[in-house]
Amino acid sequence: MVHEQSNDKVAFGFWLYLMTDLIMFAVLFASFAVLRNNTFGGPKGSDIFDLPFVLIETLILLTSSFTCGLGMIAARQNKRSQVLAFFGVTFLLGLSFLGMELYEFNHLIAEGFDWQKSAFLSSFFTLVGTHGLHITGGLIWLGILLTYTIKKGLTDNVVRKFMLMSVFWHFLDIVWIFIFTIVYLFGGIA
Amino acid sequence: MSESLHNQTNNQMHGSVKSYVVGFVLSLVLTFAAYIPVVLHQDANHSLFSHDLLIPFVLILAFIQLVVQLWFFLHLGREPQPRWNGFFFLSTAAIVLMVVLASIWIMDNLSYNMTPHQVDQNIMEKENIHK
Repeated sequence: MVHEQSNDKVAFGFWLYLMTDLIMFAVLFASFAVLRNNTFGGPKGSDIFDLPFVLIETLILLTSSFTCGLGMIAARQNKRSQVLAFFGVTFLLGLSFLGMELYEFNHLIAEGFDWQKSAFLSSFFTLVGTHGLHITGGLIWLGILLTYTIKKGLTDNVVRKFMLMSVFWHFLDIVWIFIFTIVYLFGGIA
Repeated sequence: MSESLHNQTNNQMHGSVKSYVVGFVLSLVLTFAAYIPVVLHQDANHSLFSHDLLIPFVLILAFIQLVVQLWFFLHLGREPQPRWNGFFFLSTAAIVLMVVLASIWIMDNLSYNMTPHQVDQNIMEKENIHK
């Protein structure tokens, strides 16, 4: 029988992972900030960013973070159908966010503004793409947890995993606030 | 009695529906408060606000939203003592600030002093030196 670690310890270990992830994002933000003006004859941020489109992405991700929190409250009270509803909505919102991001990337590449065009675009695709990759990972994780809940019910083990997953999702929303501000809003101002 | 006490501390630690609603509404307000001036500024052909004001304004709103979400969504600072999560967050935040600010500072300095393209002319203009 494997000894179960206490939830506090697991949550703390996961928190430490998130902090290292935060340092990785900081490095990507720093390189973006340094390279933001190196457009090499290509487009500037204000030429290619569609702010209303990005606002909708932001609102979708923020709402998914909110429903994720509500789902976590339901999970603690062992309300299975509410957990499925709230996390189901979180999953769909996350999927639409990812779809919009891929649409934006696809659109930029189709116009010839890919990551080989300039240092600005390289750092843009790296920063935003890394966030999108995290979202993809979170969606796969959430999908597995939802399947598990449908098949086996809300065991303590699943509730604990939902707890870690919701912390991860809130974290990604916080990183997105800074992508929204530093990449898109600053790009729109300058 | 002890059950309700347990629930109460549990709610404080993990947040209630109310705390998520408040956090969500505040985040929405802060997002729009940053977004609307930028769009108005863009529509007015970048002449509505001074860049030196608008950029810090938008950045400060982002940091306020960071604190709002840490408090209402991640319940940081409300975990039982000792607050290891908060401590590790603060030390990471210090590393993040150093990495980002120092990178920008060093690289801006390098590009100012060492860009070969018209470097003499740039420096002469900015430092007000005449041949």
